[in-house]
Amino acid sequence: MIPEIGHFSLILAFCFAIVQGTLPLIGVWQHKPMLANVAVPAARLQFLFIAIAFISLDYSFYVDDFSVLYVASTSNSQLPIMYKLAAIWGGHEGSMLLWVSMLGLWTMAVTIYAEALPQTFKIRLIAVMGMVSIGFLAFVIFTSNPFERLIPAALDGRDLNPLLQDPGMVFHPPVLYMGYVGFSVAFAFAIAALLDGKLDITWARWTRPWTTVAWVFLTLGIAFGSKWAYYELGWGGWWFWDAVENASFMPWLVGTALIHSLAVTEKRDAFKVWTVLLSISAFSLSLLGTFLVRSGVLTSVHAFATDPRRGVFILLYLVVVIGGALLLFAWRAPKVGLGEKFDVVSRESMLLANNVVLVAAAGSVLLGTMYPLLMDALGAGKISVGPPYFDAVFVAIMAPGLFLMGLGPLAKWKKASLPEIGARLKVAAVISVISSVLVPFIMGKMSLMVVVGVFLAFWVGSTSLILLANRVKSRSAATPNLVDNLKGIPLAFYGMFIAHLGIGVFILGVTLVKGYESEQDLRMEINDVAKIGNLNFTFEGTQTIKGPNYESQQGTFTVTKNGKAVAVLHPEKRFYPVQGSVMTEADISPGVIKDLYVSLGEPLEKGAWSVRIYIKPFVQWIWAGAILMALGGFCALADKRYRARNKKLSQGSKEGEQEAHEAFAS
Amino acid sequence: MKARHKRFSLIAAGLILLVIATVLITQSFKSNLVFFFTPTQVEKGQAPKTGSFRIGGLVENGSLKRLPDGLRVQFRVTDTAKTMQVIYKGILPDLFKEGKGVVAEGKLGAAGIFEADQVLAKHDENYMPPEAAAALKAASDAKMKAGTM
Repeated sequence: MIPEIGHFSLILAFCFAIVQGTLPLIGVWQHKPMLANVAVPAARLQFLFIAIAFISLDYSFYVDDFSVLYVASTSNSQLPIMYKLAAIWGGHEGSMLLWVSMLGLWTMAVTIYAEALPQTFKIRLIAVMGMVSIGFLAFVIFTSNPFERLIPAALDGRDLNPLLQDPGMVFHPPVLYMGYVGFSVAFAFAIAALLDGKLDITWARWTRPWTTVAWVFLTLGIAFGSKWAYYELGWGGWWFWDAVENASFMPWLVGTALIHSLAVTEKRDAFKVWTVLLSISAFSLSLLGTFLVRSGVLTSVHAFATDPRRGVFILLYLVVVIGGALLLFAWRAPKVGLGEKFDVVSRESMLLANNVVLVAAAGSVLLGTMYPLLMDALGAGKISVGPPYFDAVFVAIMAPGLFLMGLGPLAKWKKASLPEIGARLKVAAVISVISSVLVPFIMGKMSLMVVVGVFLAFWVGSTSLILLANRVKSRSAATPNLVDNLKGIPLAFYGMFIAHLGIGVFILGVTLVKGYESEQDLRMEINDVAKIGNLNFTFEGTQTIKGPNYESQQGTFTVTKNGKAVAVLHPEKRFYPVQGSVMTEADISPGVIKDLYVSLGEPLEKGAWSVRIYIKPFVQWIWAGAILMALGGFCALADKRYRARNKKLSQGSKEGEQEAHEAFAS
Repeated sequence: MKARHKRFSLIAAGLILLVIATVLITQSFKSNLVFFFTPTQVEKGQAPKTGSFRIGGLVENGSLKRLPDGLRVQFRVTDTAKTMQVIYKGILPDLFKEGKGVVAEGKLGAAGIFEADQVLAKHDENYMPPEAAAALKAASDAKMKAGTM
């Protein structure tokens, strides 16, 4: 009964999506307020029914209803409750339901928080979100129904893929999708602006917080995924340039460009057409990612067995949405106008360079990801692009961009002077050059990659600090008290400061782990000692332990340094009887300076095992950097001016404008 | 006038950078393309003698052996028409199983043994890596053709 309620709710949601996506547009066009005003209630009802569907499905997981095909194929009665509830997005059908639910959630948020927008704009915005939703709901209902019954019911489920039985499963997919789908709001803003034929500073100010929220979620989602891969896959890698990773990374790169371009549009009324194009691109890449992951064209950790019809459906949908948006863009963009002019040396031009770099990086990733698929589709043979391509090209493109990142925030709007910026950055240059020599010297090995990486990390970090110092100095005459001074600086500025520091921390982590990691594959008997650097890893043997739905061989390794115990590690080899599959669970002793990482290979004769041991210096900095970036985003969102905006629009007071102005002055 | 010159030189510099970047990208791209071959194609000598490529098919039942050093494993990959020997040093992925699909990347070594430095296996019960599936299909198509002739 419950699954039927869910299925029926999904169909109702689809009907409301059609209403939401069509009638309001006709209403605005024909000046019929009756039709136009349908937008908000339709959107809310759509969300309500999607929520009912989602809860129904999760309820079926909760009560082990194995008469539902999807539940029977991704869950099991022995599965811990946390994973039963998360198993809803453990397969194709449920992932798509999650996608649609996230879209519903974002639409709901728009109907609540977009109160202050002009009526027609808001209606168009919601209608565009409705149109996006129509396609995805149709996809779920017609090709990927998660409520399909299995008659007769299975006695027990086929279990969730053991690879997915991990706390990462609970957080990674929803957070990532929240970000992925969140770009639909920026997309809808852009389309609504094109329909309006009007795009100004206010538009950018509305769009910014939405884009930032999506970007924050996407950043966190990717970081969680990377961390999960690091400890779960047992290969010690944190990024594989896997097509599915790339699929989430491309919208991130373009989204990052969009955040910066929106800043220019809001502050200077420039980059207008470009901003619209980026909004469309970011979401198009999200859709492309969905296609890549969901069509089964890839060999990847994320690939499930899928039906080729689904691929065709998403591909068609992709063509309609992206093609439609670009056509509209080509037709209406001239109306929007290019915006204000600026000098060759100015903050605008620096941000333009930032945008070019990010888009070029996204383009090179796109080339490497899509080329093999294209060749395959054309029947030109099966090809793959090796990670060295991505490493080399991505770093080469990003490095100059990261250098400019140090200059940009110090440059003045409209017209800046290079000598002036140079004078301000002398200290940063000295710090970065010294560190780039000193750090490899301390670590004991010099290479070009490390020198450049450390230089850029310190460059980004120190220029951010100098920026903050300059800001404080310029305010010190008016507010001599340092605490008051710091408190008076708008949160948006701190947001940028923290996010940029995060980039520095991230680069340092990547550089040091790439430059100084070590890996050993060994055959170890009981009481064997492996010596790596100044650490001794002693293999104490294995014992059998029993988990809720698996049996495990758990090894014990004690790590000592000069005779003193440093860590005890318990890597496992788990056997999941339901799927008959084996899983490696590495054990890691994380640290600020380095991670010790041990994973068990296979049992050999006489209690010996093949063992893999890694030392990963500074690897945690990679995720710490990503968290800082997300934190920066949150900080920017908390800025007064986004709240001030509502007040200003509703009361018409001058105060909001003033605060907004203060927030931007730099 | 001066501003215009400045702008022109900047645009020119930008274009030059763009050209250099494009050349570097395409170079790096070409040198990192990894092609895929089925065991039948390798047997026919179509695979590169030096340089990396991928092979795919099924892990032949009963073919998985551990070499005496305890770290290297040897197995045969088949597309049902031809088989080939593969040696791999390191830890096999958890989902590697005899009789199931596999894709391996590496080089052709001495005596025609494929020396893999990466092994990708299936990720769930029903899933077959597209490359492995393609290898099996190619072999069965060839058989069908031979049968009708």
